[in-house]
Amino acid sequence: MAIETALATNATANPPVSKVTLLSIRKVAKTFGSNVVLRDISLEIAEGEFLTILGESGSGKTTLLRIIAGFETATSGEVWMGGERLDREPPYRRRVNTVFQHYALFPHLTVEQNVGYGLRVARRPEAEIRQRVAEALEKVKMSAHAKKKPSKISGGQQQRVALARALVNRPRLLLLDEPLSALDANLRRQMQVELKSLQREVGIAFVFVTHDQEEAMVMSDRIALLRSGELEQVATPREIYNRPATAYVAQFIGHTNLLKGEVRQGIARCGSLTWKTSLPDGPAQFSLRPENLRLSAKSAVPGAVRVSGRILSQAFHGATDLIRAESGDGLVLVARTASGGVTQDRVELEFSAADAIPVRESPERI
Amino acid sequence: MFSRAYRTIVTAPPLIWVAVFLLVPYALMFCYSFWSVSAAQTIVHSWNVANYQELLQKPVYWETLLRSMWIAARVMLFSLLLGYPLAYFLSFYAGKRKDLLYQMVIIPLWVSYLVRAYAWKTILGSDGVLNTLLQYVHLTKHPLDFLLYSPFAVVLTLTHIYTPFTILPIYASLEHIPRNLVEASHDLGATPAQTFWKVIFPLSIPGVVAGATFAFVLSLGDFLAPLLLGGPSGIMISNIVVSLFGAAYNWPLGAAISLCMLVVVVSLLFFSERLEKKWSFS
Repeated sequence: MAIETALATNATANPPVSKVTLLSIRKVAKTFGSNVVLRDISLEIAEGEFLTILGESGSGKTTLLRIIAGFETATSGEVWMGGERLDREPPYRRRVNTVFQHYALFPHLTVEQNVGYGLRVARRPEAEIRQRVAEALEKVKMSAHAKKKPSKISGGQQQRVALARALVNRPRLLLLDEPLSALDANLRRQMQVELKSLQREVGIAFVFVTHDQEEAMVMSDRIALLRSGELEQVATPREIYNRPATAYVAQFIGHTNLLKGEVRQGIARCGSLTWKTSLPDGPAQFSLRPENLRLSAKSAVPGAVRVSGRILSQAFHGATDLIRAESGDGLVLVARTASGGVTQDRVELEFSAADAIPVRESPERI
Repeated sequence: MFSRAYRTIVTAPPLIWVAVFLLVPYALMFCYSFWSVSAAQTIVHSWNVANYQELLQKPVYWETLLRSMWIAARVMLFSLLLGYPLAYFLSFYAGKRKDLLYQMVIIPLWVSYLVRAYAWKTILGSDGVLNTLLQYVHLTKHPLDFLLYSPFAVVLTLTHIYTPFTILPIYASLEHIPRNLVEASHDLGATPAQTFWKVIFPLSIPGVVAGATFAFVLSLGDFLAPLLLGGPSGIMISNIVVSLFGAAYNWPLGAAISLCMLVVVVSLLFFSERLEKKWSFS
């Protein structure tokens, strides 16, 4: 699925989120020996929000999740939930539940007993346990498998049971550690939609960890992008795609052309390309999305930046093609065009100056 | 996948081994147990059940068998009580010292059985280390005589010798428990104690069963510890079998007793195998 479609899917499913802060992560850092895993992370999560922590493997996203859950202790910093200090409580006293990457279902217990585990250790009355477990299994469509052991059901079904087991405790916050990564592509897409609508239904805040940018786009209210233990940008999917703060964000989320150049007296210059900008003088970088590069018609749009180039390669992506073209001075640009639109080996491309988004090299420090 | 000839060649040696060194001796033992000894001390190859009748009629035999099982049961219990906490500590809390501590469990196994048994003799004897110490600190006036040449000494020594055999399978089964199950349990609100009884212990049952079986079966057949440290009251069934095959020259009766032990051990193994299967989930 392309990023644009992912954004479109999300747009239809996104009512506004409350602004009441549920979880507050304050200047959290984590080091293992001399290895710095997290550096000065501050992040707030609102009630009912779906926040995705996105990052490559090794970016520290799972460590951050484990600090919230209580399986790791932060080296410094604090975690607060609803006015209470959370990071000093052991995991079993936190009103936070986790859906683990490989589900971590108890193999000696049936589906039903797995889901009832949290209520049983909390010594709820047996009648209440039975009722809530039945409801939770109903909600994830697993009632028919209640008496089975986890080894007798499929990965997707285990996923649902893990979800029910966490949600049945009515946590204030649900943590999900790459819960869909073990599923195949089709099932994953289906679960993304189901998970998102389930989250809306139960109204519990979700913190979802993934390395899959499309997944993040489809599901999240906001995305927190981690890079080598530092927050690169925290924003809505739309904002993060349209207004990437840094070159890394622009490249990590979707395809982009990074134009390196400089600004002098209101004019941005990158190779032979020039356009007007309001940036101050100095070196600058711009992100230009491939879909904002058009094949230019003979009657060019006034104010558009034009470039002509030789086609290096052309890749079929279903509804669109991705064209790589090289301009006379060696600048390689990627453009997204309607499928099958280009047959010649030279193209004229153009873009609006407004679509060249200035990006920083590294995030701004507060 | 492999040719028939290849499979035959590969599987033949172990099958021959098992046949020659296990099945044939057992078959012989089975036959002997239904034969008898003449007054002239020769084996009479006439089939009868007299040996089994004697076993049931003379209390010394079945009582000793029962006492041996009772000793083995106590060794099993104490090995588990000592071994489980150690295996648990090793698996969950030893951290960097894990390998070193694991070696320390193994090392006693390199020391000769006899050396370890004799060591207890010097500790428990009336002039032994323990009694000397107890008298020195004036806890007793006279040496305690129940320490050596008693079932107590046998149970103590066998527990010392067979505890590593219970630690290793328990440790292995604890190591097999995915740590995210422990985290999941804490995550769902279970305290460490609840997590132990509801997740860790049930999942370690296969190791406990295997360890318990080792301790029981090995102790039941032991004859050196009772010989060296048991005294008259600490005699075990294997000592009787040894003397029947040796000085007493009554192979048929010895074979009959051995067969009874074999039945006990095999049914125990069968039972423990079922139990292990029931509690393994991989």
